[in-house]
Amino acid sequence: MTIAQFLIVGSALFAIGLYGVITRRNAVLVLASVEVMLAAVNVNLVALDAYLVDPAAAGQIFALFIIALAAAEVGIGIAIVLMIFRNRRSANVDELDLMRH
Amino acid sequence: MTLADWLREVANWVFLVIAVPTLIGGFKVVTTSNIVRAVLYLVVTLAGTAALFLVLGAEFVAWTVVLVYIGAVIILFLIGIMITRAPLTAEASLSHPRNVQVPAALLSVVIFAVTAYAFIDAFEAAAIPVPEDATRAGVIAEIIFSRFVIPFEVVSFVLLAALIGGIAIARKDDPGEEAA
Repeated sequence: MTIAQFLIVGSALFAIGLYGVITRRNAVLVLASVEVMLAAVNVNLVALDAYLVDPAAAGQIFALFIIALAAAEVGIGIAIVLMIFRNRRSANVDELDLMRH
Repeated sequence: MTLADWLREVANWVFLVIAVPTLIGGFKVVTTSNIVRAVLYLVVTLAGTAALFLVLGAEFVAWTVVLVYIGAVIILFLIGIMITRAPLTAEASLSHPRNVQVPAALLSVVIFAVTAYAFIDAFEAAAIPVPEDATRAGVIAEIIFSRFVIPFEVVSFVLLAALIGGIAIARKDDPGEEAA
């Protein structure tokens, strides 16, 4: 196993997630695409951790922190989407033009 | 190292069996026109990353992904979809039209090409030592509660704040609340 193959999977997943964040209209699917990007970052962190054979396992620890923060992000994100949906009867990000001049 | 050499290693076949469905699932998450299926493909992608973590010997991280992501986050997504999907919304309107998709695809391909080139250029064929043994949860725990104890406490505080914030945002504003 080479390190590059894992990092390339990570960057491919990141690019896919980026495409989703830009093109999806539904706010829930935008959040799902963000999750794909975070998974890509985790793959990179754990792969580099295995490559360095770090006794402090810093890559794995930071992957765990990212998982915890992603869970918090999804919780808040879904709550915001629900509130917007309740007020505007829509969960599409391009219809949220309240702050557009 | 040639491709034939690369394919001679058994671990690389395991890697391919995991990585290809992971990427296909990720692609389906961002392209499929059925919102529930998109979230279910996210399960495939996350399970694939968990399997990659197992290949890399990061056992605790892998099971945390299974528990937190596939167990909890996916359920949140499904509940979010159930509540917000307006019955009038056509399935085709889940994504922006083509004039957004084409530049987004170009941008993604460019970013993938640049980062993949940088990785190959920097690491070439540097090998990951195949882990003899998985990193044990006890080792992870010792590190978290010694070197990373303050970040750990900060993360737990963030989770508490997110919990309270989520409740405060999502709960219905009762008009009679102030009078009561």
